Amino acid sequence: MLTPHGARQQASRGDGDLTPALIDTDVWTDEMVAGAGIPIVDSPIVMIGGGIGSFVTTDYLRICGVPTTAIRVLTTLDFPWQTYQFLTRVSQIPANERLRSDSASRPDNIWGFPSYAVEEALTAKSLQGFIAPLLQVLVEPIFTDYYTPRAGHVFQAMQRESERIRYPEMVVKGQVRIVRRRAGGGYFSVLTPPEGSTQTKRIAYRSQYVHVAVGYPGLKFLPDLQGYRERHGDHSRVVNAYEPHEHVYEQLLRQPGTVVVRGGGIVASRVLQRLMEDRFNKGAQTQIVHIFRTFITGSHGPSMFMRRRGGDGWAYQGFNYPKSVWGGQLKARMRKLEGAERAALYKVMGGTNTPKRKLWQNQMAQGRREGWYHTYAGEVEQIMPGDGGAVVTRVRTAGGALEIPAAYIIDGTGLEADISEHRLLADLLQHGGAGRNPIGRLDVERTFEVRGTRSGAGVMYASGTATLGGYFPGVDTFLGLQIAAQEICDDLAARGFSKRLGIGRSVSGWLKWARNRRI
Amino acid sequence: MLVTLGGRIQTRIFILLTVGLLVTLVVTPFLPARGPLGSAYGVTLRVLVAVLVLGVLWELLYHGLQQFRWEKDWPTFFGLITAVNEGLLIWLALTFGLVPGVGEVPGITFLLDFTAVWLITWLCVNGPMRVPFIHWRFRGGRLI
Repeated sequence: MLTPHGARQQASRGDGDLTPALIDTDVWTDEMVAGAGIPIVDSPIVMIGGGIGSFVTTDYLRICGVPTTAIRVLTTLDFPWQTYQFLTRVSQIPANERLRSDSASRPDNIWGFPSYAVEEALTAKSLQGFIAPLLQVLVEPIFTDYYTPRAGHVFQAMQRESERIRYPEMVVKGQVRIVRRRAGGGYFSVLTPPEGSTQTKRIAYRSQYVHVAVGYPGLKFLPDLQGYRERHGDHSRVVNAYEPHEHVYEQLLRQPGTVVVRGGGIVASRVLQRLMEDRFNKGAQTQIVHIFRTFITGSHGPSMFMRRRGGDGWAYQGFNYPKSVWGGQLKARMRKLEGAERAALYKVMGGTNTPKRKLWQNQMAQGRREGWYHTYAGEVEQIMPGDGGAVVTRVRTAGGALEIPAAYIIDGTGLEADISEHRLLADLLQHGGAGRNPIGRLDVERTFEVRGTRSGAGVMYASGTATLGGYFPGVDTFLGLQIAAQEICDDLAARGFSKRLGIGRSVSGWLKWARNRRI
Repeated sequence: MLVTLGGRIQTRIFILLTVGLLVTLVVTPFLPARGPLGSAYGVTLRVLVAVLVLGVLWELLYHGLQQFRWEKDWPTFFGLITAVNEGLLIWLALTFGLVPGVGEVPGITFLLDFTAVWLITWLCVNGPMRVPFIHWRFRGGRLI
């Protein structure tokens, strides 16, 4: 890791912190920054956020010949998959469980070859271990569930690639909340390093290019659940699946109880799997009440050519989006759409969904048969305290109001906060010239340039979930991040910043990857 | 495979004219055929062209069928199993003398030639082709 010791102190008149004048000014001059006593560090490109979005973009740039000295990754994270690993773990995907991601979507390998399935087969210790993943990718999704990689496999592979491209050498620890355009071109990204690690409170990174990949702006609770938590100060019985909630499962093992699960997506599926496996394997006697706001009873969609499978409350889909958004028909179609038309197609493809996995289908069928898994369709009206420490969910169903007392409520809806909840994105909207796309998130071009933020010869790019609603759907996925990275690198190559990733460079880059040769 | 109609056709033409051609050149001398090697090449290369020409027509049908899929994808298995219908059609065309310049072809010769070309081109488009053509998979199979 780098510490910004090399920062050049310029005309140190201020105390090295942001001044009201800087905060209120959209375009900064070098003199203004120096006048505030904020040291300036030059770097041709700055990556803001050190998650998987920055990692795959940096990976592309390194393979396209950009040296480590030209890239700085400003982040609070210790390694790129840190947040992802945390979120997957708490939402019930430990390292040995499988993600919801395609075999050829490899954040550690820009070519997606060999795929995870092939690698799993080649490193298998038994004949069955060799055949099973290959057979699964051969016949998926017609005769079997989609192959998906184990979380641990993905993290290990990213660790290897991180070392290969010398990623840690480019990382500078700290928080970035402000990026402002620079008079004369480029940007200032203001880093707040860990307290005590530098002489000044802020350091300004001056760069021609900026890439913003700051991940999820934040979790949003369902308003009724949030209201209950605030009114009653109860953060133990009403939990979000994306926050640590192991105590729920542990307590249910000790004392049988009822759990209300909310949501119809992958997180709800995972939570159900955990609750049901605790019944099967550890003797829990949990009664599960599953509330769907929108109960899907079968195939649904606007036309015979756009119908998604569904049933038992769920909408079924292998991955977050219909698969062709990552390269086929739907990707090509969305790329041409603007405004309301684009928003409409997002709406058709959107909606909460989960994969139709045999394991989950069998578990739910058993639960229904044995009477410990119940589903309801309806709008939750209120959450209130009940007798004996219970939390009561009042649901308005087609058959009238229903009150469901439970020991716990797990919110698996996975709602995301508005982008303005993130301080950096809010600042870009207010001072950086950025705007919103047809579904309200950060508006980006087909190249992932943030529209409206151009600064002289400087360009600002963004990728990840903040950009959902753009010309390319599927941004908040492994492959989506790589597709964005490819567009960004192509644009940077056209501007002469990196080398073009043609056939020769791609093949030689892959050969180096295959031999794990450090670049 | 995630393909658009244009991508399907481009990929089909490209892969048959490169990998398909190479496989044909390599396997032809080993096929159980009577006569000089030159005439054997004459047969296998014409069969390759027939697979290409009819294949483009098949792609139109596959694209139509793909429209009924919510995902608008073309599963890997479909890419393999369509060898059956395509192979049968070519065989029928050969049997009825509809492939110009090709006379009688022993069944085993056709089977070995067609299977080798199909399997290897199918394997290539489902993995290795992503290495030289890194943009290809994100552009619906289009190369240009």
